[in-house]
Amino acid sequence: MDLYEHQARELFAEHGIVVPRAEVTDSPARAREIARALGGRAVVKAQVKTGGRGKAGGVRLAADPAAAEEAARHILGMDIKGHRVEAVMLAEPVDIQQEFYVSYVLDRAAGGFLAVASAEGGTEIEEVAAERPEAVVRVPVDPAAGLTTPTAVRIADAAGLPPQSVDVLVRLWQVLVREDALLVEVNPLVRTVDGRIVALDGKVTLDDNALFRQTRWGERHATAADPLEARAAAKGLNYVKLDGEVGVIGNGAGLVMSTLDVVAGCGARPANFLDIGGGASARVMADGLSVVLSDPAVKSVLVNVFGGITACDAVADGIVRALDEVRPTKPIVVRLDGNSAARGRALLDARAHPLVEQATTMDGAASRAARHATAAPTAG
Amino acid sequence: MAIHLTKESKVLVQGMTGAEGMKHTRRMLAAGTDVVGGVNPRKAGRTVDFGERSVPVFGSVREGVERTGADVTVVFVPPAFAKAAVTEAADAGIGLAVVITEGIPVHDSVAFTAHAKARGTRVVGPNCPGLISPGQSNAGIIPPDITKPGPVGLVSKSGTLTYQLMYELREVGFSTCVGIGGDPVVGTTHIDCLAAFEDDPDTELVVLIGEIGGDAEERAADYIRDHVTKPVVGYIAGFTAPEGRTMGHAGAIVSGSSGTARAKRAALEAAGVRVGSTPTETARHVLAALGRPARDGAGA
Repeated sequence: MDLYEHQARELFAEHGIVVPRAEVTDSPARAREIARALGGRAVVKAQVKTGGRGKAGGVRLAADPAAAEEAARHILGMDIKGHRVEAVMLAEPVDIQQEFYVSYVLDRAAGGFLAVASAEGGTEIEEVAAERPEAVVRVPVDPAAGLTTPTAVRIADAAGLPPQSVDVLVRLWQVLVREDALLVEVNPLVRTVDGRIVALDGKVTLDDNALFRQTRWGERHATAADPLEARAAAKGLNYVKLDGEVGVIGNGAGLVMSTLDVVAGCGARPANFLDIGGGASARVMADGLSVVLSDPAVKSVLVNVFGGITACDAVADGIVRALDEVRPTKPIVVRLDGNSAARGRALLDARAHPLVEQATTMDGAASRAARHATAAPTAG
Repeated sequence: MAIHLTKESKVLVQGMTGAEGMKHTRRMLAAGTDVVGGVNPRKAGRTVDFGERSVPVFGSVREGVERTGADVTVVFVPPAFAKAAVTEAADAGIGLAVVITEGIPVHDSVAFTAHAKARGTRVVGPNCPGLISPGQSNAGIIPPDITKPGPVGLVSKSGTLTYQLMYELREVGFSTCVGIGGDPVVGTTHIDCLAAFEDDPDTELVVLIGEIGGDAEERAADYIRDHVTKPVVGYIAGFTAPEGRTMGHAGAIVSGSSGTARAKRAALEAAGVRVGSTPTETARHVLAALGRPARDGAGA
């Protein structure tokens, strides 16, 4: 889960990293008051979980409270790369002398975290790394020892960061570890004209797997924007809405991704990703099918299950339940193989629903479902 | 032969007395796995009856190793306890720890994979189906009855795609199938398995299954070009995955231009790997490379 900038700022502050004074609001009138409290001038920043806010016009410097209100009114509701701006943060402007970059990122290949630092902050670090790789310092952090002060000193020296940033590096590591973050990034970290080191903007990605021990974030867990995704999430389903017309349900992330590709290869577009997981019950299958069938964009459904832990008879039972519960109007193509497949197929045969057909192979099933979707009238 | 897991492997199960542990221990035993004990400090000294075999429960991995000579452990404990379980196994000198548990915090995985590596313990997983050497031993939750022993080695991030390929190639059979797991940090990589299959006399050909996210497949491609002489057939899932969305596996996410299926396929093909566009086509490439006819049932 990515945090908003203002949440990242809050975390940094809690861990003793200096951040600008700031406040968040969704109201232009309130923005005026905040600007006044900040001393009149304020930077008004869109709170969206995507980069490129500045280029999109989502960051404005307001010279006085009236301008802050006007900027907030302009930015609120703006669409930035598909993200609607629901809130703005107003921050006190800082007089910058120099901008730096520091982050800890997960290095999958090494199986650990990497400290990344540069004296050329303020822009996308990928661009700096591409143009002048020598300007970006990368130091692996020992998983057993964590980030020690001597390592932080070495990183700061190598990257050309000011000595006071060693403290920031150490505290930022504490944010990473204590909050179970997968990424913490400060860009830019600035030296102000009056010599302070301030984290001006930041990004934090938390590990969803750690929510069981990071309970404060559980409450703030972003609710899915898409109504179908919200419904699926409420039922504990692993569902991602896509743009197409073939609803896809399968077991196991890899097999479902593969099924989406095979559908696309048949000339149709998948409407969603839905992984019912290992050992799914009939209830999970029924819930999944009812969510997918309720998507108005779906013209046909493909159920592709290879039973390992999952028993195909439970899957078939779930399909039968959903048929009774939601009374579908769209064709459903089912391919069952593996654990208890014969029993599962027999269950579906016995139900003999006119909209349900079985296929013996994954490719065959995908091509049937694709044909149904592309042949169906648009007003289905 | 096979890799990492053979008939001689003596297997402990951490979390054996839980519901999942019980179910899968029964299945592992039925597949011929030499399960020599379970580990649960609260149930030490008891035995669990699995029909044809009673399995003792030990208070610690170390006790299990001392009493049975166990060299493999399969970990089914809940996410919050996985780090302690793997650390304990590594400290007890276990050679192979297979971590089935899903949902382990990445900081924990980083810690226990590093700890295990420093002690010479291979970790497979986490969030994986484990590995099977058909006809010899099964450590994890891969269904043992899909396929038979044979000349194909398989390494995959995905469980069900592994089963799908095992099924497509059931007439050919496998030396070992390793599900390395879909998390961002895993103990055993595609490259580790490619190296082991290259050295395994029973493996004639390797199937490599990858998916979006990270650059493990690209690195595997470099390794294949420089170090693998046996034929490799590839498959990549996730061509239709949108940017920035996690597709089920925590590690399966396309960020910007990195981690795309297209890039992975291109890297593998540049290294001389034949890449199938569906699991079925992948199976056909395997049959062709082995000089076997494509027939109904196999690769169909």
